[in-house]
Amino acid sequence: MTQSNTQDFQQLALQLAGNQSSAPWLDALRFEGSEQWLQANWPGRRTELWKYTPLQALQRGGFSQWASAQAHTLDDNATLKLEAIRLVFVNGEFDAQASTGLNSSVVRFSQANKDQQAIIADNLGKIVDTKRHLFASLSNAWLQDGVLIHVAKNTQLNLPVYVLHVSTPEAEPAIANTRVLLVLEEGAQAELIEHFVSDAQEQNGFVNSLTEINVAGNARCDHYRINLEEEHLIHVGGVHIHLHRDAQYHGFTLAEGSKLKRLDYQISYKGRGAQGNLNGVYLPRNQQLLDYHTNVEHEVAHCTTSEVFRGIISDHAKAVFNGRIHIHPDAQKTLAELSNKNLLTSDSAEVDTKPELEIYADDVKCAHGATISQLDPTSMFYLQSRGLTKTQARTMLSFGFINELLQDLPQAAVREYLHEHLANLFAKENLGL
Amino acid sequence: MLDIRNLNARVEETEILRNLSLSIKPGEVHAIMGPNGAGKSTLGNILSGRPGYEVTSGDIQFNGKDLLEMEIEERAREGLFLAFQYPVEIPGVSNMEFLKASVDARRKHLGLPEMSSFDFMKLARETSKRVSLDAAFLKRGVNEGFSGGEKKRNEIMQMMLLEPSLCILDETDSGLDIDALQVVAEGVNTMRDGKRSFIVVTHYQRLLDFIVPDHVHVLAAGRIVKSGGKELALELEAKGYGWLEDEDA
Repeated sequence: MTQSNTQDFQQLALQLAGNQSSAPWLDALRFEGSEQWLQANWPGRRTELWKYTPLQALQRGGFSQWASAQAHTLDDNATLKLEAIRLVFVNGEFDAQASTGLNSSVVRFSQANKDQQAIIADNLGKIVDTKRHLFASLSNAWLQDGVLIHVAKNTQLNLPVYVLHVSTPEAEPAIANTRVLLVLEEGAQAELIEHFVSDAQEQNGFVNSLTEINVAGNARCDHYRINLEEEHLIHVGGVHIHLHRDAQYHGFTLAEGSKLKRLDYQISYKGRGAQGNLNGVYLPRNQQLLDYHTNVEHEVAHCTTSEVFRGIISDHAKAVFNGRIHIHPDAQKTLAELSNKNLLTSDSAEVDTKPELEIYADDVKCAHGATISQLDPTSMFYLQSRGLTKTQARTMLSFGFINELLQDLPQAAVREYLHEHLANLFAKENLGL
Repeated sequence: MLDIRNLNARVEETEILRNLSLSIKPGEVHAIMGPNGAGKSTLGNILSGRPGYEVTSGDIQFNGKDLLEMEIEERAREGLFLAFQYPVEIPGVSNMEFLKASVDARRKHLGLPEMSSFDFMKLARETSKRVSLDAAFLKRGVNEGFSGGEKKRNEIMQMMLLEPSLCILDETDSGLDIDALQVVAEGVNTMRDGKRSFIVVTHYQRLLDFIVPDHVHVLAAGRIVKSGGKELALELEAKGYGWLEDEDA
């Protein structure tokens, strides 16, 4: 890719971003984002954070317009069945008809009152680490709307917040931006479920999604993020979390691949005694690419991280997993564990995995590890010798590989939905083999 | 039931079975004994269709059908069962789900409807009791964290659930203490009904005190060097295998 091409994409995106209209009180952040986006070096092969994930598909995408909400037909079976505060976005645009239960704790930026505007101004763009997440600056630059979830001190939302992002093809390839800000005051509790789906196999969009979460002292956040869009969609997403004293974050993420899908998580510990758990599952198949980058910043002492990622890579697909845990000099008594296991179900599947521990404190307990394996022929034989077909055996073994992370999910609606979705996926996938 | 004629087989370049013939009638229990490396386990693996074993010549008829033409799962559905010497641990796959899928596959083949989850659960609980396996094991991963004896009892439980017509026990006695051995043997004995046949592969005579065979065959260097009744096992226990190999030479 030539220099001029890459600049073209940056310029084009910025120009489109500039056309967006938004509230004046967001202008400062938009201006800051524009500056950062334009000045950023476009990532190439030598950029460590993008080494295994080329952006050509994005540059060639011909995204010449901003997405507009179009009619879509989403199967009810494709969404979670649960009682929730429900917000639906179609190509980044709010779908008021499909959304229910919004209250004083859950508002769109465009509807925010003065107090809520102040909360947004205090937090939005402040939790995300734009240095490690280039596309966050683009998200800031074209900020038009988003969701604020604000939970007051020592209260909890009585229902989970379910944010459903639907992608639907536009007449011309288009860019959509989604933004969520979750602010938990001291001792507050909330459950957030983000779900990305598409309504048809053919997709021509680029989704840039960004979620920022601030968990104040003693507060607790339960967070699910499920990416199941069709493979023609390009998705770059980021989740950035600040944890303050004795705060807790329990995250689960699951994604299928696409022609380009990159998902970043960053957890930063701002107060002692905080706890971060993040479990993830990635399932690229066909020719898909799926890249998870996680980064945990232990900036203060006495915090605990547990991170487990499992991947099943099929066909000609490629997965990238980069899990970094950075223990700062002051972060004594840190406990951190990172495990990444991969199952390759075909000879042409690929995974590039890199768990990284950077430790600058001397009194910590940390462990990390990664494995790559194939379907065990003895297990296959064992299952077949009991009458199961090859397809059934593969399905069962694939499911077994990730089931450990699924079966303990506290949210039954997510657990049951994924169980059914994945059983179908594996059965379909294995039919051809 | 089973008719093996002039079977020659190898693994990679090594000849394992040489001109082996064996005929088993319904209801019979045949014990296969022999020294290490004689090809005892190979026989069970070939019968069940394990990949990596190549039959170079010979013929196997199972209930009048050509066994060697069948896929692994077809053999199982037709009623052939191999109790593994080393049952595999498969974490994440629930034992109950696995057992139900196996039983449903066999039932479907026999033209029977799938069992309801409730009925199956009941049956599985009863069966686990018969092999003295705590019902909690049904909820765990397949053989996950099971002791050697628990794994073997799980094999016998599968055999009871699948109700095969030919059961091959591949050194099921290895690694078992005397109590577990009796549980396994009792399980097998309750399944002897005059129609179901068994091939019991073992090193030691001990198991045959509990599962009394109709025929005993000694396998050495890939062929049957001696056949006899149950008293042959006792003779082997006393004399070892050396005299047979000498006799064969």
